[in-house]
Amino acid sequence: MIGKQLKYLASLVFLASLALAVGCGKKKTEPPPPPPPPVVTPEPTAEITATPTVVTAGDKVVLAWRTTNATDISIEGIGAVSAEGTQTVNPTASTNYHLVARSTAGSADATARVTVNTPAPVVSTNTDLVDENTFHQNVQDVFFDYDSYDLRGDAQATVSKDASFLNAHSTVKVVVGGYCDERGSTEYNLALGENRANAAKQALVTAGVSPDRLRVVSYGKEKQFCAGHDESCWQQNRRGQFSLDK
Amino acid sequence: MKMTTLAKIRYLTCASLLLLCFTVLAGPPPATAQDWVKTGTNLGVERIRLALADFKPASPDPQTPALKNTFDTTLYRDLSSAGIFDMVSKSMAPTVAPGSPQEIRLKQWSDAPANAAMVAFGAISVQSGRIVVYGWLFDAKNEQSPQVLGKQYNEAATQDNARLIAHRFADEIILRLGGGLNGIAETKLYFVSSRTGAKEIWAMDYDGQGQHAITHLGQISLSPRISPDNSRIAFASLSRTGWAIRMYSMDLNRLISWPSAGGTSLSPAWSGDGTKLAFSSSRSGDPEIWVADAGGLNARRLTNFRGPDVSPVWNPKTGSQIAWCSGRTGLPQIYIMDSDGGDIQRMTDGGYATSPSWSPNGQFLSFAWDRKYGPGAPGGQDIYVMDVASKRWLQLTHDAGRNDFPSWSPDGRHIVFERVEGAQSEIWTMLADGTDQRALTQSGNNSMPNWSWK
Repeated sequence: MIGKQLKYLASLVFLASLALAVGCGKKKTEPPPPPPPPVVTPEPTAEITATPTVVTAGDKVVLAWRTTNATDISIEGIGAVSAEGTQTVNPTASTNYHLVARSTAGSADATARVTVNTPAPVVSTNTDLVDENTFHQNVQDVFFDYDSYDLRGDAQATVSKDASFLNAHSTVKVVVGGYCDERGSTEYNLALGENRANAAKQALVTAGVSPDRLRVVSYGKEKQFCAGHDESCWQQNRRGQFSLDK
Repeated sequence: MKMTTLAKIRYLTCASLLLLCFTVLAGPPPATAQDWVKTGTNLGVERIRLALADFKPASPDPQTPALKNTFDTTLYRDLSSAGIFDMVSKSMAPTVAPGSPQEIRLKQWSDAPANAAMVAFGAISVQSGRIVVYGWLFDAKNEQSPQVLGKQYNEAATQDNARLIAHRFADEIILRLGGGLNGIAETKLYFVSSRTGAKEIWAMDYDGQGQHAITHLGQISLSPRISPDNSRIAFASLSRTGWAIRMYSMDLNRLISWPSAGGTSLSPAWSGDGTKLAFSSSRSGDPEIWVADAGGLNARRLTNFRGPDVSPVWNPKTGSQIAWCSGRTGLPQIYIMDSDGGDIQRMTDGGYATSPSWSPNGQFLSFAWDRKYGPGAPGGQDIYVMDVASKRWLQLTHDAGRNDFPSWSPDGRHIVFERVEGAQSEIWTMLADGTDQRALTQSGNNSMPNWSWK
């Protein structure tokens, strides 16, 4: 019975030591000698390179490193790593990748510097993304009835299309201009144009466009789109006009 | 018996009221229906018959004839447009130029055909670069003690000063004979003109002379309103960020800062004491009437109703009421309210009514009204006056262009307004009963006149 138990224990120890040997094998180039060796352990070495060393923010950089004779290997800012390997990083600012390899016999380190150039500030994302033509093809004006600032049925449909384009281009900012026909009083038409622009803005907001992207300006009858003196011209002038806010 | 008499009186009162309503409502009213407006506008029913003698040239200086001509013309026009005189026409007046009280023979003027009750006369000379004027006003029917007025003026010899002296002498005569109200010959008109390209704020004398630009902003500037002390002009101007109230200092000859609260701000209006401005602002999301200190601080909202609210104007007599234009029920109508926003009354009963101006005595509103407004409707946009207490109204312009932006003169006897005929917009003036209409501008597009307070 005892011999059987001893045999069982011995096999456990063997398995444990085997597992230990396999686990340590990743970190050590050579498996340790089975009994505590009295021989001198060589000091660790470390090398690291970055490719390329000068990038602009967001670009990929490949780090490659190799160490020898170390039990504890890490790169500052990344953490523990294997004895040798490669990793891709995306530095947003200039960084020193500092590799440290340690063992009971000592330590070694190496540094790779990556310089990150900041890109020129973006002047206007609006016009870069959507030009005037694209904007006006997709964001169409709405028209109003005489002396009214309520959105008509056709205008509601237009606003839905406008809003879906604007929701798909979330950096585009818009001036909502309120316009009136030439009839009636200058001051009253400016207030009426304000109500028209507000109605068009509110419809876009209801359709999901953030109010921060919409700026309202009333033009009343100051900037007539159509210069004629008949109803077809007046109708063109009674509008809420959307334009790119640059 | 007693009851019957009372009933009869009641019946008669009702009938006369109905008749009155009928006369007011029935189109162009007969002359008698205008008595209330004549009395209320200080125009009077009976005019004083006044003769103006040509002034005597009293120096050989070669400048004299040109300055004398300007002086005579200006003085005659000031007096004839004052609205309180029945001027003796030049063809009826004696062809003499009495230069002093010793030289005038009053009988010449009081007899037919002149039949003058009063006569103004005097002498004008140029002495070492100065223009010197002696002017008198005599009661033509009082041989014993005829002098009503005697004045002397001395200014640098320029055409402008010849006009200025004429204005001053005219205002003295009007003050003396016009019930103690100051004349308006030295007042100014502020308006919008696009004759240099952009719509800028301009100024001119009350008779259209001396037109000049005040602002040079190159933007659209509208709705000039001069402060009661003539020191500042408030107006509305369109910049990249939208419409804002701007303030121009007449003392510094430049814009001075006025806080902007964002949103569209329009149509400023000074209170009579110059301490407050009412204006339209959409800072809360909808155009409403707001009031702030003259410096723009402590703004508070007076109206709270969806739809356009614009063009406020204070009752200059009391400062306790504001009239304005609101589209809360559809087409714009004239309303009045207390200056704290309470007690709102609608004044017009339909059509398209805009641009109110409150008469200096507080009795009347003038405004633009198209009573049959609508697509294809035959109506015209005309100037009206309304008695605030009774809401009786009188149409002042008829069948002549589209008329807008009336503004009362400080004496309450005149109204300046904008008339658009075809594509041409000009400034016109008239007496507050609609008579004596004259164009003050002839070139470029001119609009939105505002009469100075003094």
